[in-house]
Amino acid sequence: MASLKELKGRINSVKSTQKITKAKQMVAAAKLRKAQTAAEAARPYAARLATVMGSLASKISVSEHSPKLLAGTGKDQVHLLVVANSDKGLCGAFNSNIVKAALVKARALEAEGKTVLFYLVGRKGRAVIRRNYPKAVLAMFDTTEVREPGFAEAEKIAAELVALYDEGKFDVAHLFYAKFKSALQQDPTEQQIIPVPAPTAAAANDSGAVVEYEPEEEAILAALLPRYLKTQLFGALLENQASEQGASMTAMDNATRNAGELIQKLTIQYNRSRQAAITTELIEIIAGAEAL
Amino acid sequence: MALHFELVTPARLVRSEDVHMVVVPGEEGEFGVLEGHAPFMSTVRDGAILVYKTEGAAPEAIQVQGGFAEVGANGLTVLAEHVEG
Repeated sequence: MASLKELKGRINSVKSTQKITKAKQMVAAAKLRKAQTAAEAARPYAARLATVMGSLASKISVSEHSPKLLAGTGKDQVHLLVVANSDKGLCGAFNSNIVKAALVKARALEAEGKTVLFYLVGRKGRAVIRRNYPKAVLAMFDTTEVREPGFAEAEKIAAELVALYDEGKFDVAHLFYAKFKSALQQDPTEQQIIPVPAPTAAAANDSGAVVEYEPEEEAILAALLPRYLKTQLFGALLENQASEQGASMTAMDNATRNAGELIQKLTIQYNRSRQAAITTELIEIIAGAEAL
Repeated sequence: MALHFELVTPARLVRSEDVHMVVVPGEEGEFGVLEGHAPFMSTVRDGAILVYKTEGAAPEAIQVQGGFAEVGANGLTVLAEHVEG
């Protein structure tokens, strides 16, 4: 049985762990609020852009002359999986859930005889994916230097992806991230980003009037597609951030509670051993006195 | 009734207000939008959007980068990637 001193030491160490998890939980709660506001602020732009894309796409039929980003390369061989993770841990199963979803998809694609490549955003998923697919990691995007990935990062990622696409490195790109449902639930989500899936046509054009385009539809669409891609990535990064903070909050809340339980258990054990020691001492004294 | 003007960036909704006229630097030349403009779509050059709050008032310039303008039944919407100020 552990000595009193050892028990005391363990109680103290669990207490300081609890302090850390509690602090991290509160930080996550504050950041979650911020991430949610950011996600909400980004919504109008995404919604408008989707409407515009929808109304444009409904006017243009996809042909070989359409921009490559919309029509695809005509092949379906090389699939790029863009996996968005966080840079920091302490957020429960958040990162491993996303990676798991990506690996499941990768295996399914390989079973179909396709080639799978990875493009990794964030630091956390790297090790696992590298171990599973040592040669398939095409590129990595580092977000460790920025505090929270924003539109500038989405722009850079989109530019890199489009450059790789133009070089013919891949035919189809899927994006993996966690969609934020609530602090308790984040769903790993897969989304095809290249070729750009035609957004569902917008609700009937309000007035039905003929819209004039300048320059013509094709050129506008060509200018709009990369922008649409950026917005999609930006949206995913924001969702991911909110999810990360939500997951972190929940995980830290659990850790704090577990630490509390452990402290209680250790304290009881500590008190019992102390009482036992006192009782033994008393018995010794009394037995000694009676013997006289 | 005035023209409803909205300026949106990925980060936030910058403007949403009723104005008299907006001059947008379109890809193929500047164009002014008043209320009741025909439906119209254009890409926007990097440059300044001029917002005239009322008729004859001094315009307010907003610098935008990488944008797209849409005139529809509910006014003018400019989607810009970056907005200064």
